Amino acid sequence: MKRNILSEVLASVLVNAVYAMRNFPVVLINLLLTPLSFLIVISFVSHGALIGVAIEGAFIMTMVSNGIGLQGDLSHLKNDLKLQDMVVSSPTSAFTYMIGMALSEIMYALPSLIILSVLAVLFLNLGILAALVITAVLIMIFVVSLSLGFFLSTFTSDVIQSWAFSGMLSLLLSTLPPVYYPLTYIPLPYRYIAFISPTTYAAEIIQNITGFVSLSYSSVIIAWAVLLAFTIVLLFAAIKRSRWTDI
Amino acid sequence: MVEIICKNLSKTYNNKHSALSNLNVSINSNGIFALIGRNGAGKTTLIRILSTELMPTKGTAKIDDLDVIKQARQVRELIAVTPQEARPVPWMTPKQSIMTYLLWRGFGYSEAKKKAMETLKLFGIEKEADRLNMKLSGGLRRKVAVATIVASDAKILFLDEPTTGLDPISRRDVWKILSEFKKDHFIFLTTHYLEEAEALADNIGLLDGGKLLALGTLAKLRRSMGKSYSITVFDKEAAYMQLKYLGNKITVGKDGNVQLLVSEKVASKAAIKLVRAGVKFSINPVSLDDIFYYLVKKPITGEGYEEEYTK
Repeated sequence: MKRNILSEVLASVLVNAVYAMRNFPVVLINLLLTPLSFLIVISFVSHGALIGVAIEGAFIMTMVSNGIGLQGDLSHLKNDLKLQDMVVSSPTSAFTYMIGMALSEIMYALPSLIILSVLAVLFLNLGILAALVITAVLIMIFVVSLSLGFFLSTFTSDVIQSWAFSGMLSLLLSTLPPVYYPLTYIPLPYRYIAFISPTTYAAEIIQNITGFVSLSYSSVIIAWAVLLAFTIVLLFAAIKRSRWTDI
Repeated sequence: MVEIICKNLSKTYNNKHSALSNLNVSINSNGIFALIGRNGAGKTTLIRILSTELMPTKGTAKIDDLDVIKQARQVRELIAVTPQEARPVPWMTPKQSIMTYLLWRGFGYSEAKKKAMETLKLFGIEKEADRLNMKLSGGLRRKVAVATIVASDAKILFLDEPTTGLDPISRRDVWKILSEFKKDHFIFLTTHYLEEAEALADNIGLLDGGKLLALGTLAKLRRSMGKSYSITVFDKEAAYMQLKYLGNKITVGKDGNVQLLVSEKVASKAAIKLVRAGVKFSINPVSLDDIFYYLVKKPITGEGYEEEYTK
């Protein structure tokens, strides 16, 4: 039978997102709650001063948690249900499987992205350029998280381990770094630690374009360059180094 | 006709545990090939290598002249696999499970949907088509897993212990379907249910410790053993008294019964002797179970036989 890439991608989206959402709508509420609850807390604590930054942070967190979430989902399908073994020995390639699974994670992110977009229109004064920059940064950070999720899923041997990694990485990439607040809120000796995380650069670019921080031209270029490097390296690792099969 | 050839195939995990050791197999068959062996014999490792999932440590394996490593993509067009312990996705229904697998294999959406329903009917579980897999019994879930790859119409189906966990009735249902399906497909299954291999397989391989001990039809395996009958005597002492003249190896099971594997000629003489002495016994053609024990010196599962001695 001739390969049908659209069907292969659709299969992953149906399995990992559509049927799960249809049969268990509670997963959607869970995925909405995390980024929105941080947004609410930061907004209240700052008496509304940081609501704009927090909306941008929630955008980043949504992409990170859904991207990293791929790790747990893949691990469950692979280790518990042995579904990935069935797919590996079918004509579907690792690449189409990954694309399908990535799209399924976007499906999970959609409700949250729609709510945040409405809030962005209400609370952020975005021009077309800013909207384009935010979109580009969110896509890059999603690719970074997905790649990390896919890469790690091929090495974890059980779902408990995967969920622990997912939770940890999500926290380390979107809660601790200056995603929901400006970098300058971190005392100086510790500020440099934040630069380990790619989300710091993503947040800096977005906060700069929306006027919450003011970065020098060179800092913006460096932030883009580092984010791009993270994206390329992790995507390469996911495609080339992941153990899709043991062959 | 499907041809599977393995040459010096070995797999060692972590440089320590040898799962397959210089396996040389040539299967040229239609219908069902059953690979039987104890747990840890290497059955799953062999299936994983043949189904392009696992890299052997050394050696080659070919399916219909396609190298499973170098031509994995072409091999995948021919095969479909149900791994051991595969479970249908709990948040999906049987219809959705089969349909999405078919989409992965390149079917169009409507075709996949239609084929999924046809297969569920074939398996007699169409009433469960729209129930969540998580609400099905273990046996039904296993049926869905098998139905999923049967629906694919792949030329070669690999089924790793497909009926483990099924109740006897469900197991026979699956056997019936596989027997029908083998007319147009080649099925490579692993099992440690010897009656399953006897009932289904056209050819049988016996694997132990990563090595192939025997290969052929049940009749050929019986012939190669040179013993065609199994006599079971229910009294150990009486058996020894009456049959010691045979000088045969007598095997005593945990249940105290004595078993002898003998040729047809010897069987008839021994039977007459036992009847005359009034000793209770049974006589049967050698089963796959007997052949397995004869070759491996261990029963297929557990520790069924305690001692073995020649007097």
